Amino acid sequence: MLGRLRDVAGWRERTIDSPPATLAALRELLAREDPALGEALAGKGVQAAVNKTLVRADAPIAPGDEIAFLPPMSGG
Amino acid sequence: MTVRVQTEPFDGGALLSAFSEGRTHSGGIVSFTGLARSVTDGSAVSTLELDAYPGFTEPAIAGMEAEARQRFPVQDLLIVHRYGPIAPGEAIVFVAAAAEHRRAAFEAADFLMDYLKTRAPFWKKESGPDGERWIEPRPSDYEDVTRWS
Repeated sequence: MLGRLRDVAGWRERTIDSPPATLAALRELLAREDPALGEALAGKGVQAAVNKTLVRADAPIAPGDEIAFLPPMSGG
Repeated sequence: MTVRVQTEPFDGGALLSAFSEGRTHSGGIVSFTGLARSVTDGSAVSTLELDAYPGFTEPAIAGMEAEARQRFPVQDLLIVHRYGPIAPGEAIVFVAAAAEHRRAAFEAADFLMDYLKTRAPFWKKESGPDGERWIEPRPSDYEDVTRWS
């Protein structure tokens, strides 16, 4: 969880045993556990990366993958 | 052509001096140093904290640098970006472009800053007496970047 998502979740990273097969199902799993996080993940401009590559919302995931959720980015 | 993402503070003047050294074939160098402000939109800021995603942030910025090189006839580029806690007055970002003619150097630095503001994988949180708040790009930042599309 990056940026404000880390604050909403209360954690930066964790391991999920027996993960679901898609990113969408993972979002649903996280939303069931923590509705506020689920709402934040569905927020405008939130992107997801699998193994450090941006992917679509319905991308497949597999055990061992590193999933990141990224709010709108801002450098400078 | 260099991209550095680091937690250590840096001195923009020193970076510019080192970047400028021995450039007998460059007609000009443009540099930009972005600083952390002590007041934003009327609120006092005591610390700016930038979150990065190591292993993701660096390649994304390298991609912007490669695009700048493709778009503008520059001889060299340097991008240094800090993350972690940053105090007001400290530098957050430094961009330098060297080119045979000035226009390319100005444009490459301008392009890179517009891209960094809206697309670099960092997340900014300001803390001060009024509490904490996450900062996202302003509408004007998104407008600025459309100048290059």
